[in-house]
Amino acid sequence: MKKLNLLIVGVGGQGTLLASRILGTVALKLNFDVKVSEVHGMSQRGGSVVTYVKYGEKVYSPLIEKGEADLIIAFEQLEALRWVEYLNKEGKMIVNEQEIDPMPVITGKVKYPEKILETLKASYRIYSLDALKIAKECGTIKAVNIVLLGVMAKLAGIDKNIFLEAINEVVPAKVLDVNIKAFEEGYNYHN
Amino acid sequence: MKKLMLGNEAVARGAYEAGCSVAAAYPGTPSTEITEYISKYDEIYSEWAPNEKVALEVAIGSSIGGARAICSMKHVGLNVAADPLFTVSYTGVNGGLVIMVADDPGMHSSQNEQDSRFYARSSKVPMLEPSDSQECKDFVKQAFTISETFDCPVIVRLSTRVSHSQSVVELSDKEDYKLKQYSKDASKYVMMPAMARKRHVEVEKRMTALRKFSNESGLNKIEMISNDIGVITSGISYQYVKEAIPDASVLKIGMVHPIPEKLIEEFASKVKTLYVVEELEPFFENQIKKMGIKVIGKEKLPITGEYSAQLLAEKLRDKKFDSNEASNNAVPVRPPVMCPGCPHRGMFYVLKKMGLTVSGDIGCYTLGALPPNEAMDICVCMGASIGIAHGLEKARGTEFRKKTVAVIGDSTFIHSGITGLIDIVYNKGNSTVIILDNSITGMTGHQQNPTTGFTIKGEPTKQVDLELLCKSVGVDRVTVVDPFDIKEFEKVVKAEIDADEPSVIISQRPCALLKYVKYEGSHRIVQDKCKKCRMCMKIGCPAIVEKGDHLEINPALCVGCKLCTKICGFGAIERAGE
Repeated sequence: MKKLNLLIVGVGGQGTLLASRILGTVALKLNFDVKVSEVHGMSQRGGSVVTYVKYGEKVYSPLIEKGEADLIIAFEQLEALRWVEYLNKEGKMIVNEQEIDPMPVITGKVKYPEKILETLKASYRIYSLDALKIAKECGTIKAVNIVLLGVMAKLAGIDKNIFLEAINEVVPAKVLDVNIKAFEEGYNYHN
Repeated sequence: MKKLMLGNEAVARGAYEAGCSVAAAYPGTPSTEITEYISKYDEIYSEWAPNEKVALEVAIGSSIGGARAICSMKHVGLNVAADPLFTVSYTGVNGGLVIMVADDPGMHSSQNEQDSRFYARSSKVPMLEPSDSQECKDFVKQAFTISETFDCPVIVRLSTRVSHSQSVVELSDKEDYKLKQYSKDASKYVMMPAMARKRHVEVEKRMTALRKFSNESGLNKIEMISNDIGVITSGISYQYVKEAIPDASVLKIGMVHPIPEKLIEEFASKVKTLYVVEELEPFFENQIKKMGIKVIGKEKLPITGEYSAQLLAEKLRDKKFDSNEASNNAVPVRPPVMCPGCPHRGMFYVLKKMGLTVSGDIGCYTLGALPPNEAMDICVCMGASIGIAHGLEKARGTEFRKKTVAVIGDSTFIHSGITGLIDIVYNKGNSTVIILDNSITGMTGHQQNPTTGFTIKGEPTKQVDLELLCKSVGVDRVTVVDPFDIKEFEKVVKAEIDADEPSVIISQRPCALLKYVKYEGSHRIVQDKCKKCRMCMKIGCPAIVEKGDHLEINPALCVGCKLCTKICGFGAIERAGE
């Protein structure tokens, strides 16, 4: 793959930043020019969050525009729906089936949309899984992000060992084993 | 060696490589990580100062003392530090002095959209603006050199997308910078009128020299591609231009003040159509138009919000983009919320229940203004809550005051709240101030502050005792209370707003995200006991949700703070078994 535009979307607190850091490291190891854009601040508190990872021979803007993403990793169903218009026509989307109600749903102002996965699958190439359950089985629900990275590595056809090296560099040593297990589970999920 | 670095991290690396030895800051998104990364270098003394003004004063002192010093803040922080800024422009420096300021176009986490380039202009201080992480590092190093060459502080301007994007940086070795000699020089460093008048003349001479330098420094570059379209741009906008209009020639401005007039004239003469692409204010545009050069800028591009490659392609190239936004109208928005277990939740529950007017401040607790709490009436700037409450009382009298409180965080109180409290005491106000002591600076991601008892490096230090501090400025009624003890909290608030003297309530409970804070784990709603009265929903906890015909607690979110168990009148919430 010559270039990749990738979006990671989810809810503040789900570990999307760490995932983008690992992906940036992977891109650097692949000898690409790379930019990773993240927004912190208010958005880290349960709000909708997005980080952009762009790599290729030369990357200028750190942002990815609508219809430009080759791959989207959605950490939550509703966020998958929110960001799907960023996917290009041939793009793939990995969706964690977890649902987190936003405040307007909690307060009863609006309903959480029904049948999101079916809606998405009707028009896009969707790879969905219950990453929360898989992470829990690996030993910690915090490894949801790494499970999803495993799926992504397989779909993008990137050398597994490069990912493992990057995880080694970015993830703290004491939780490394759990995370490597989570990565393998994700990697082998969609065959 | 090549490394992927956040813009802010690259700034820290630049300071390190330049041999900088002192750094001071107050945290503020998107600038915070600069000083956090600096604190990892043992060669640089670093500190969280109580506010940006003090931080800059510390950096000025170190510079006069002969060291290279750096001071970092967000755009609104520069307002706080503006007073010393304008005068250090007169005194000049000894060791290099660099001031980092991070603007936030689009207001991802700010209360206004402010263009700091005007500060450079009005304080007559040169300003550089990098457009990626490599330039962040390089420009900081050059800023130190310029500072010493021209005897002035140098501002380096960032924006959210530069501060918070990672790109590739080539690392270099640390320069061997020797502390400069300090010698007393009152005519330079004591800015009383007679001396300041002479220094102002020096400042104007310096500006003339800097104008020349701007043309020759190499910080501003012409990239000729065609003679058709030319774009003058800087910072992150440069990246958008390169992507959206790859066939345009570009004058990339790295030194945004003073602008390189000669280069601009030369560039303008080479292209048929000339655009200026700059986020926020028409800062270049107005100056270039004043030079008599025809440019297209804000008549085609917005003055508000962030730019993007797509926006430039649409506005300058009339390119159309397919958008199926209409189909996505049904996607519910997801605004930020107070975390599960947040200590502010109990407090806002009580304030809302009591129907009080709440004068608020900047921090996580600003989220108390959003549904479902909607418990905050006003929020202007850092530290303003207390002065505003006092103003409300002076304008509307005792009855109104007895239905009003100010809320302010621990770090914010130290930043600029304490002066407001002193004003209330001194001017015979009677307001009630609630200090939300969550034992950390929360919103910016957990920085230590003078009330936590730890330094930026995590070393134990003297801890400001908020109770004693408030008493010492003349507040006799100071109460410490746990915001999760709802009954007690309400009782205390009632008593304090009724009292005809100033009072402070210290609402004390640590942030739920601190590592040492351990709750007993997720709870559940026992459906048989639940009467569906929805009282538990009133606290606005993101973990309590409605599923079809019943309420339940999302086990992936609930930490087990038990606030909801105190609100449920039927004992229907209990610890969930594994």
